[in-house]
Amino acid sequence: MIEVKNLVKSYGDKLAVAGISFKAQDGEILGFLGPNGAGKSTTMNILTGYLSSTSGEAYINGHDILEDPIAAKKEIGYLPEFPPLYLDMTVKEYLYFVYELRGCTLPRNTHLKEICELVKIDNVYDRRINNLSKGYKQRVGLAQALVGNPNVLILDEPTVGLDPKQIIEIRTLIKKLGKNHTVILSSHILSEVQAVCDRIVVINQGKIVADDTADNLSRELTADHKLIARIDGPKDEVIKLVQTIPGVVSVVADLQRERGVWEYNIEAIEGTDIRRELNRRLMSRNWYILGLRSSELSLEDIFLKLTMGESVTEFLADKADDLEERYKEEGDNS
Amino acid sequence: MTAILKREIRAYFDSLIGYIFLTAFFAGSGVLFSVSSLQYGSTDMSGMYSGLFYILLVLIPILTMRTLSEEKRQKTDQLLLTAPISLSALVLGKFFAALIIYGIGVCMTVVYAVVASFFGVVSWLTVLGNAVGLMLLGAAYIAVGIMVSSLTENQVIAAIGGFAAMLVLFLIGSIAQIIPVDWIASIFTELSFSSRYAPFTYGVFDFSNVLFFISAAIIFLFLTIRILERRRWS
Repeated sequence: MIEVKNLVKSYGDKLAVAGISFKAQDGEILGFLGPNGAGKSTTMNILTGYLSSTSGEAYINGHDILEDPIAAKKEIGYLPEFPPLYLDMTVKEYLYFVYELRGCTLPRNTHLKEICELVKIDNVYDRRINNLSKGYKQRVGLAQALVGNPNVLILDEPTVGLDPKQIIEIRTLIKKLGKNHTVILSSHILSEVQAVCDRIVVINQGKIVADDTADNLSRELTADHKLIARIDGPKDEVIKLVQTIPGVVSVVADLQRERGVWEYNIEAIEGTDIRRELNRRLMSRNWYILGLRSSELSLEDIFLKLTMGESVTEFLADKADDLEERYKEEGDNS
Repeated sequence: MTAILKREIRAYFDSLIGYIFLTAFFAGSGVLFSVSSLQYGSTDMSGMYSGLFYILLVLIPILTMRTLSEEKRQKTDQLLLTAPISLSALVLGKFFAALIIYGIGVCMTVVYAVVASFFGVVSWLTVLGNAVGLMLLGAAYIAVGIMVSSLTENQVIAAIGGFAAMLVLFLIGSIAQIIPVDWIASIFTELSFSSRYAPFTYGVFDFSNVLFFISAAIIFLFLTIRILERRRWS
């Protein structure tokens, strides 16, 4: 179990972590979501004892990382942002070194063999790390974190630099590991944390802006105002028509999917549901909607939504008023 | 500590630094031995031991330059500092690894004495005293070099900085002679590495000098640990 209370880290005047508190239970996969520079890595570095916090406490399975660092570190396997590899060693030598460094007591060869099979590096076991691809290096980094079978795994952007197939493999592996480990992983990709994590903590500028289960969070964050519609009708006229729907901010024809059928990205003001109006207007012209789905919120949108909170709604409401006035004027003119 | 020690020794020979250091050390001591002893047909090796003092100024920084700076640059310090070992175990592991490589070099000087013993009478106690003195001097210098290496990510800066620091410790005795204030001058003289080392080469084995080098090594290793500790807080 990991418990963090009011963690603060400042570099000079700059607050990198500004009072973070959260808990990760045993067998839970906790996702840290945040843009670059949000304080994810700093928090992880504090949890693993690489950095010291300016104030606040962090407990790993009940051991205070500052008061009792060696006991706490024994519980942690850590994959930093850049895997800490000795490039001049072979995978085998490196893992032997980590095994000794961590003072493992498990039977060495079988234990390391298990790990290598788990992260699929047994085929490069005798190769120099320097000659491995980025994906393999990342996996050796992950293997290193698993040596000694620690209860807590802290993984900083574990899928960076991997190809899609490897990403899926690593995600499956993390899910598997999550069953009997406490896992904290960081990412700046929403879909990744959604796919892997039970709970998501969203961090921005050193503060937690959301802490909820993945399902709740994504429900809260679905974007009904951003639509992807496949419409059967003449492109330019469809765009003109859709633009006249109140609340629509932009319409972009994306790709022609079938003959005469285009896919359009339609963005409306947040909080307005234009689906019925869209249907009605298209029907009146005898054009058809062949497909309609809401597009996912991008990370920028989420942060805007979570960090600006009320002010976003106000900002958008103002924008809506402006638009309505414009439509009214246009109506009067015609 | 043993894990670090083993890895460091391996790394010295994987990265060629170990070979370069030992080659230069053997070459330096070999030249000094032939110039100061063989040429005169003498088994007195004090000339070589006092000459080695200057060679160490250049060689020790090469031995210690990458110890901590390279870890920082390659970010492998994250592995070491998040492993369940203490900072002192980390620093001592590095220190003893460098000391062992250095010790191989020092052992070679004893081999010269063995060779010389075939042709004449060697004063073994003096030679051993000299070798111990050289070992102690090296230990103190290695500690200085490791400390400088902990201050930077750049190996070259670590090497030059280490050289500069050792030069100061070497020259501090000469500086003392031009300082008009007596008590400062005497402190400087006491701290001078060269005046502490010189008695060993005269065949004088003074325990206060032994203690001086051991304390110097401990102080600089302690400072290294504090520097690493401090870096976590900054």
